[in-house]
Order: sequence, then C-alpha cells, then structure tokens
Amino acid sequence: MPKSRSAYSTPTKVSKLETHIIVVWVANEASVLSRVVGLFSGRGYNIESLAVAEVDQKNNLSRITIVTTGTPEVIEQIVLQLKKLVPVHKVGNFKRDDKNVIFKEMALFKVVGNSIKINKALNACKNYNPVILDQTKKSAVIQITALRREVDKMAKNLKSHGLISVSRTGAVAMTRGAEIFN
Amino acid sequence: MPKLYTGAEIVFKCLEEQKVSHIFGYPGGAVLPIYDELKNHTSIKHILVRHEQGAGHAAEGYARSSGKPGVVLVTSGPGATNVVTALTDAYMDSVPLVCISGQVPTHLIGTDAFQECDTTGITRPCTKHNWLVKDIKDLQRVMYEAFEVATTGRPGPVLVDIPKDIQFAKTKYVSLKKEKKIEIKNKNRFNQKDIDKLIELMNKASKPIFYTGGGVINSGPKASELLRELVSLTGFPITSTLQGLGSYPGEDNQFLGMLGMHGTFEANNAMHDCDLLINIGARFDDRITGKIDEFSPKSKKVHIDIDPSSINKIIKVDLAIVGDVTDVIKLTTKTLKRKNLNLEKSNKQKISKWWQQIQKWRTKQSLNFINSDKIIKPQHAVQRLYELTKNQDTFITTEVGQHQMWAAQHYKFNKPNRWMTSGGLGTMGYGLPAAIGVQVANPNKLVVDVAGEASILMTMQEISTAIQYNLPIKIFILNNQYMGMVRQWQELLHEKNYSESYSEALPDFVKLAEAYGCVGIRAENPDELDKKIEEMISVDKPVIFDCLVDQAENCFPMIPSGKPHNQMLLGPKDQEENKITGKGKALV
Repeated sequence: MPKSRSAYSTPTKVSKLETHIIVVWVANEASVLSRVVGLFSGRGYNIESLAVAEVDQKNNLSRITIVTTGTPEVIEQIVLQLKKLVPVHKVGNFKRDDKNVIFKEMALFKVVGNSIKINKALNACKNYNPVILDQTKKSAVIQITALRREVDKMAKNLKSHGLISVSRTGAVAMTRGAEIFN
Repeated sequence: MPKLYTGAEIVFKCLEEQKVSHIFGYPGGAVLPIYDELKNHTSIKHILVRHEQGAGHAAEGYARSSGKPGVVLVTSGPGATNVVTALTDAYMDSVPLVCISGQVPTHLIGTDAFQECDTTGITRPCTKHNWLVKDIKDLQRVMYEAFEVATTGRPGPVLVDIPKDIQFAKTKYVSLKKEKKIEIKNKNRFNQKDIDKLIELMNKASKPIFYTGGGVINSGPKASELLRELVSLTGFPITSTLQGLGSYPGEDNQFLGMLGMHGTFEANNAMHDCDLLINIGARFDDRITGKIDEFSPKSKKVHIDIDPSSINKIIKVDLAIVGDVTDVIKLTTKTLKRKNLNLEKSNKQKISKWWQQIQKWRTKQSLNFINSDKIIKPQHAVQRLYELTKNQDTFITTEVGQHQMWAAQHYKFNKPNRWMTSGGLGTMGYGLPAAIGVQVANPNKLVVDVAGEASILMTMQEISTAIQYNLPIKIFILNNQYMGMVRQWQELLHEKNYSESYSEALPDFVKLAEAYGCVGIRAENPDELDKKIEEMISVDKPVIFDCLVDQAENCFPMIPSGKPHNQMLLGPKDQEENKITGKGKALV
C-alpha cells in the first residue's frame, strides 16, 4: 500500500525494548482486572503473561503480576497510567534481570507412555522441582516451577517423551531479603 | 428507626449536597424512578435535550464556563451509548462530568434484556472511573466518590450506572460531608527545591518562552491571575495551546498567539529557537509538537502538570514539577520576588535580543489574508464578530474544522472560561449543545457558537432545546458548503480530489430557524455583515446566522506533516513568493 500523504506524523526513532515485571496491588472489586487489562490493550502495551489472585482477604487486596515488553518510555508510562486507576493501591516495577527479585512460573505437563518414558520425562525435569500429581500405568501429570524460558525449553524437550498437554501460569514475583516493596 | 430513602431519593440528596443546580438529560424506562423524584427537588433544574450526546456536550459547556462539574442523566442502552462521544470528548479535554445512567434491574443484567447494554464496560476506556451500583448501601458512597474523582487531580468524566431496582430499594442516608475526605490521587508533589531549580533555569535563560495550556484554565480563575503576574514579572514571551486561550490576554504584547499546527509564525518559531521552554498545564499534543525529533531542539524543558503520566509521555523534559498550576505559580512568583527584586530589569535586558527576533517574526503577519469586498472571507467574519462583541463579556463555543481554527486565530480572549472548543477528540457537533450549557450557566451573557454548516447539522436538533428554555444562543455559521478542513487537505494533499466533502442539499438555514421557532439571519456580502451581526446580537432569542463565505479559503499558517515548527506553510501571499515544489507538496 502506498504511504498516505496526509499522515500527520511518522513514527520516530524507537529505543531498545526491555522486559519488565509490573506488580499491581488493587482493590479486589468487580471489573478491576478488566480496567488493568483494558489499559494495556487500549494504549497498545503488550502483555506477555499475567497472574492474578486475592492476597489479602481482610483488606480486600489482589495482586496482579504482569510481564511486559516495551521501551523504557513505554514502561514508565505503564507505571504512571496504572497509578492513575482508582482501585490501584501501589505499583511495583522490576527489570526481568533484576538480581534482587525472584520470578517463578508453574507448569503442569501430561505425559503419556510406559513407565520408562515417564521416568525419562521426570528425569529431564529434575532441576525444576518436579512433583508427580497423578500417575497411571500409561500416564503422569508432572508439576514444575521454573523461569519462563526454562518452562519453554521443557515444553519443547518433553515432546519426545510423550508430552500431550501443557498448562502453565503467568509469572509471579517477590523481592529477595527481608525488605518488602513499598 | 431512622428514615429510609429510596435510591432515587438518595441520588437527589447527593446532588443537593454537591450543590448541583442543573442536570442535562433525557428520560427512559430504566431511569423513570429518578425522573419521578425530580419534582420533589426544586433546587435542581432539569434541561431536557433532544439527544443524549447533546446532554453530554451541554454539560461540558456548563462545566467549562462555570468551573463546576456538569451532570448528565440518561437511560440504559441507547441512552448510555449515545452519551459515549461526549464522555470521550470530556476525557480528552479534562472536563469534569458526572453521568448517571439507568440500567435494567439487577436480576436482568446479562440476559440481553430490553435496552440493556454493558454500560460500565463500554464507558470504561472513556471515563476516569465508573461504577455499577449493585447494592443500595453503596449508592451514597459511590455518588460521593463520583464527584470527588471527577473534580480532583486532572478533572474528567465519571459514570454511575444504577439498575432500576436499586433506584426503588431503600436504605439509610447519613450526610457524608463531615467524614474524612478520601485520599486524592495526583495532588501536589513538588517542593521548594523544584521551584528553586526552575528559577535558576529562568535566570540563566536568554531565549525563554512560556507554553501554557488548558491546565491553567482547569486550575481555576486564580491561576490565570497568577499567570499574568508571573509573565509580567519575568518579561518572557508567552504562547498558548488551543485549550489554554483566555488564560492570558489575547491582545497583550507579550502574547505571541496560539502555537501548533495552525498557530502563528512567531509562536512556533519561538518554540523552535528558545533555550528555555516552560510548559504550564499543557501536554505536548501531536498538533502542537510537529515532528518530535526536531521539536524545540535547543531548549531546556520544564513541565508543570497535575498529572504525572503527562510528563515524559511524548517529550522528555529536564525538570518535571507535579502539582496544581495555581500552587506552582504562586510559589514561583513568591520565590522570584524574594530572591531577585530587580529581576524585571535584569531579565528584560538579557532577553531584549530575543524580543527583537520575535518582532522580526511578527512582521510576517502570519494570520493575514487577502480580504475581498465582493465575498465574505471567513477570517474577516470572525474579526468583525470579535470587534462587535468585545465590548461585552462574550462566551464562544465552536464546532470542529476550519471555522474553529479561524475563531482561535482571530477572536481574542481576555478571560479564562470564555472559550469552549473540542480540542482533543475534535467532535463535530460539539458547539451547539455546548453553547446551551454555557448559556444555562451564564444566563445574561452573550454566547456565540462559531460553527460550520457541516458540523452544525450533526447536533442541529438541540436548537429545539435552546428554544424550550429561552436560551438566546447565537449560532454563527461560516457557510462554505464544504467540510472545509477536509476540503483543504484534499486540495493540498490529494490532488484536489474533493471526495465527498461537498454538502449538496443543505437546508435553508433561515427557514430552518423559523421552523424551529427562532430567528434566522443571512449575510451574503461584506457590506451587510456588520449590520447583520449587530442585528444578531440585539435579538433576545436563539439565532441561526447563515454567513455565506468564500468556498475556497484555506486556513493558514500551517505546519506541514512531518515538519518541525520552523518550517511553516504561510498564506497565499507568502506562497506566491516561495512556490512549493512537487516534493514539498507531498510532505504536507
């Protein structure tokens, strides 16, 4: 398609993309998740993964963990825009390679095959805290906790060991040490 | 046993507590209990519009001219969807609105009931916040929060969706006035250090400029007074965005006129060449900045804004001051006076060269046009309107397009809250209903909607509202039979292929006025223009003024697309001198 002549502005130079983990503490009320997610889709921000659950019943607080990719300017906007939402209490922002923060995802793998195959699969998962949640003569459900790229790798590697179904969560995050984020 | 109130009663008690005197609305099945209650609350006057979009824009006009939040009342389904354009418009231009919508009864929500729609879902991206009240016990708190959210921080629209059964349900009512105010987001975060840094930058600058926006108006009339004091104290030149017009006197010598796409040559060049740019309550909109990479390349930039997310969104700044404009300017002026008593003199010497440069740009007279004695030039019409109305406190609203830019360029504002235009969203059809809201808030003032014949037809039905409530608004149509701005772009950028921009079968506006029961006036040539405008002003009824203007006139100056501030396209006189070549033309 030819470039429109009446386009008023053209995109200018774009800085490097970074992956960040955004942690949002929100009032656990109706439609709060859609406000957060709608902000991302409406402004063209990207969501790689999302994890959300109530963490404080007494104070009615939920914690949303979002993995997102964007330029440093976009990440700054995401944080500032989130802070403007009425039900948002506070917002944490961490770089994915931040050494002071732990990130984990959980995955469930269903493997079908004989016990040899299943054992091979289990063995392949040994670095990622594998737990067998269900086992029959022909199948097993294995739970692992790992980083995103490790889960990606396992999901690929286990194909040859009879993997037929994968279910995984978004990343959750927490700072190391005694401090908590304020 | 305390007295129990119905949801509908609570709505009105809350409105009374907020000192609401007018609501704009349209009844329907799902808000009937609220409408039923209206008769018991004589301090609140309801203005019946002809379409819910009109209610929204009228409430915007009311809010922008009075500084109070506008209140809208609509029914479920189509009532709510019709008001979406006005909510989005208010969101873009930071206008405080509280919209109350009816909803089908709670047990029918989600069943595709008659006139049901997901109102909170639809309005979520175009409000600051919205609520679906599913429990009568929440209603009072929600109503209180709604006004709080709409009017604090950066103002904006909110919506409260109330199902019909909640309007009937009963509960207690306790005045919330004395309760602790809920925490206000985004209030002042600046401190004296920020102000000291600002003053240091101001002292160092030799080519400074103030770039002010709608935030000054939103901060209240005090902000405009303080701004005038600051500008006169520093001797710096000042330019304003479309929304900021009126916060500084339009005829003052330090004022360079509006900046941006159709701003003046001197304002845009000063923005480009300055070494200190102080943004007060503006947001670096794309119609202001032109090409981002070459935006004001040599300047230190300061941004004063109440909304932290406006800062560094488009233009990276050197100093960010988050706070209410009134508070920031007050402290700045105070500190300036304390620190440097003869600043006025020293500064003026320092920046005298800068002023010489600005005077040179001014000699271009970029707002000039070639007048005619045969046909009314639209710019001339706006100038005459200004000359003949400037002796009284006049309020101007506009629709969207060429006429809007000509009004902004040629009508000079001396006070804030006198200029209501749809800037962010650019909503054709805004001006007529907005004028109704302005007239409701300012009963004895002259209110003129500078309109185009295409825009006005989008919300024409509201003239009926003006007649019902004896609101003597003046609809001043610059009639060129084209969607003028579309036509201009097609002429300049699309090889004069005037695709669908000519309006055939326009109504006879004079007869239309008569059909509605108001006064129609037509001006066809420059000789009769003044007389007809005076006639329009003297009529104490709504007037539709059909001003037949030059069909081919274009709005200049203009920053072509992808160009920085210092490469403006000037009017026909200047174009004769510097013919644009084929390649340049493609870039416009």
